Amino acid sequence: MQRALHIDPGKCTGCLQCEMACSYENEGLFNPAKSRIKVFTFHHEGRFAPYTCTQCADAWCQKACPVDAIQIDRNTGAKVIVEARCVGCKVCTIACPFGTVNYNTASGKVIKCDLCGGDPACAKACPTAAITYIDADWTGLDKMRAYAEQSLAGTA
Amino acid sequence: MAWTRKILRVDLTNGTCTAEALNMAWANEYLGQRGLATKYLSEEIDPKCDPLGPDNKLIMATGPLTGTMASTGGRYSVITKSPLTGLVACSNSGGFIGAEMKNAGWDMIIFEGKSPEPVYLYVENDGAELRSAADIWGKTVWQADEILHKKHQDPQLRIACVGRSAEAGCLYAAVVNDLHRAAGRSGVGTVMASKNLKAVAVRGTLGVGNIADPKGFMDAVNAGKQVLADNAVTGQGLATYGTQVLMNVINGMAAMPTFNMKEVQFAGAEKISGEAMHEPRPSDGKPNLTTNAGCFGCTIACGRISTVDRGHFSVQNKPEYWGNSGGLEYEAAWALGSDTGIDDLDALTYVNFLCNEDGMDPISFGSTVAAAMELFQAGAITQEHTGGIDLAFGGAAALVKLAELTAKGEGFGRDIGLGSKRLCEKYGMPDLSMTVKGQEFPAYDPRAIQGMGLAYATSNRGACHLRGYTVASEVLGIPVKTDPLVTEGKAGLVKAFQDATAAVDSAGLCVFTTFAWSMENIAPQVDAACEGDWSVDRMLEVGERIWNLERDFNMRAGMTADQDTLPKRLLKEAANVGPAKGRVNDLDKMLPEYYALRGWSADGQITPETRARFGI
Repeated sequence: MQRALHIDPGKCTGCLQCEMACSYENEGLFNPAKSRIKVFTFHHEGRFAPYTCTQCADAWCQKACPVDAIQIDRNTGAKVIVEARCVGCKVCTIACPFGTVNYNTASGKVIKCDLCGGDPACAKACPTAAITYIDADWTGLDKMRAYAEQSLAGTA
Repeated sequence: MAWTRKILRVDLTNGTCTAEALNMAWANEYLGQRGLATKYLSEEIDPKCDPLGPDNKLIMATGPLTGTMASTGGRYSVITKSPLTGLVACSNSGGFIGAEMKNAGWDMIIFEGKSPEPVYLYVENDGAELRSAADIWGKTVWQADEILHKKHQDPQLRIACVGRSAEAGCLYAAVVNDLHRAAGRSGVGTVMASKNLKAVAVRGTLGVGNIADPKGFMDAVNAGKQVLADNAVTGQGLATYGTQVLMNVINGMAAMPTFNMKEVQFAGAEKISGEAMHEPRPSDGKPNLTTNAGCFGCTIACGRISTVDRGHFSVQNKPEYWGNSGGLEYEAAWALGSDTGIDDLDALTYVNFLCNEDGMDPISFGSTVAAAMELFQAGAITQEHTGGIDLAFGGAAALVKLAELTAKGEGFGRDIGLGSKRLCEKYGMPDLSMTVKGQEFPAYDPRAIQGMGLAYATSNRGACHLRGYTVASEVLGIPVKTDPLVTEGKAGLVKAFQDATAAVDSAGLCVFTTFAWSMENIAPQVDAACEGDWSVDRMLEVGERIWNLERDFNMRAGMTADQDTLPKRLLKEAANVGPAKGRVNDLDKMLPEYYALRGWSADGQITPETRARFGI
């Protein structure tokens, strides 16, 4: 079964555990500045939203890359940067409509979410299940269940 | 390791920023943050110096776990000599700036001297410089925050700032970071403003590493997170109700100081409780509380994000206050509400917003307003003094007006900015000030919770709940239940809480973890992160050393042991209702034993043996 990161912003508290887990997994440091997932705070609205690569099936970043440095991990479906090939041209960062591929000045390459090879650190670290790693074909299951429950209550 | 081992020293008089190595010998004795910065302060300033003069220093300090994945590991403290108490001040805050400082590569920033012109410190990793604050001086924290973010074109900048109250000399001004988190108590913001330092803006992208045993650390961190998640208080209660979970509990047991601590139960408590914040209001069907929020790395997430009803008198025609911001926590709700007899949730939320926006400690502000109300009742303060404001207990409009005036340092707000002690002295009734060592009380009546009386009387920063929270044991049964009306055993309990809390603070963690964590959960995280052996025993020894160092600073500043006491009201006037009806606080039954357990003489002096034991 292929899995996907599923984000429920309503559960997010803005604690940044996901950003630290991501940077620690990928960089060996607790460093939100180098995280592949970012949490946005909308202060006036009182809302938080974690945001990262959705792993497009037909990926703009992959198509834009002139050196084929973005490849598909066959196990996870993740679009993965092949560091040895990446020349740091940043065309993928322009092509991605969501902004989730970013240049890393420290390495001279781009970085993006690679689903940690199938065991994403952000989802494990999240204390409120705002980020989960679930069946890619059923990311809507929880929402469906919630609405089903509501309509059940309505007819009771 | 886990420390960055670097300190940024900022000479405000000469406008220089210099990096220096962290004194690791001191770090091994005082761990970090509260303890370590107090050591620096204690070594570098004359404790008798004028707190608002250039000889005082102000230290912003992180702990070894600040900026790591340890749950709640985002804390920092502001350490200085307090203008409110004349003693050591250490005010702890969450939010995000502490972790940002650490990510920029600094364990501490030490500010010394006084800038000739208003400035702010801009830090980007290794680079640090003072810049003109001409365009943000005179602005609120919220305005300055917006201006600095725009000026630097960096939405990820983290900012700590003082408000107009600090500029105007309000003696309990806070340093506010991330818009609504605050190093709130003892007037640390007043000191910052006295140095012409308006703000500190930090961007750190270096990351926090130097973990001695990375695998051991992650195992300890994950085990700790699980304990917090499984605990009813830290896993559910605090997320749902915040610290406001306590309002109905404490009021129910008649331990809720009311009407300037005259009474112990407030009829309107339910209307300003954590539960009430969830109730949809009639006007728009929305509850006061929008969501809970976490500080950096925190898996408890007790923070309140609230709105004020747009139709409420306090915010009518003020759309700038219609959005979400930091909502009421228990201490603020108590001081602004119960102590003043005001049960208007929207008014309290708006005033809480103002306390954040202009950097006032809501505990000291609310308590001072309560004292003013009693002075008004007694006829010592009249409408001539207040500029026509009717200061009867329970007046929400008066509270709102006073918050607006105190925030700006205008009119009668200047008197409110003096704090309760100086206000009551000024109007000739010093006994009406509910303070210890000049600092106002928090929200637990020591007649109904006896141990808290001793904790207040002996706290190194004046009346405070965060220096020895025996409420955990006496009310909530953590780690074991003790009878709140009994004095036996409380000396040991207070000492144990004081020492443990000093160690928790100094690690860079939040004391709220200790609703679920014991030192057995905390020490392994510190031990794995830091070089050397950080056992439970060593952590407690460090905590006790810190407590003694703070005491030593205070004694050198001129404090005397007869200040280890409570206001007459709490020692002579009995509680009016509830299980404690007829009781006063029996401080004299606990204090001698406490001194003995501390290894202090019968007159409260640190003995030579105790000094030798802790190297003080």
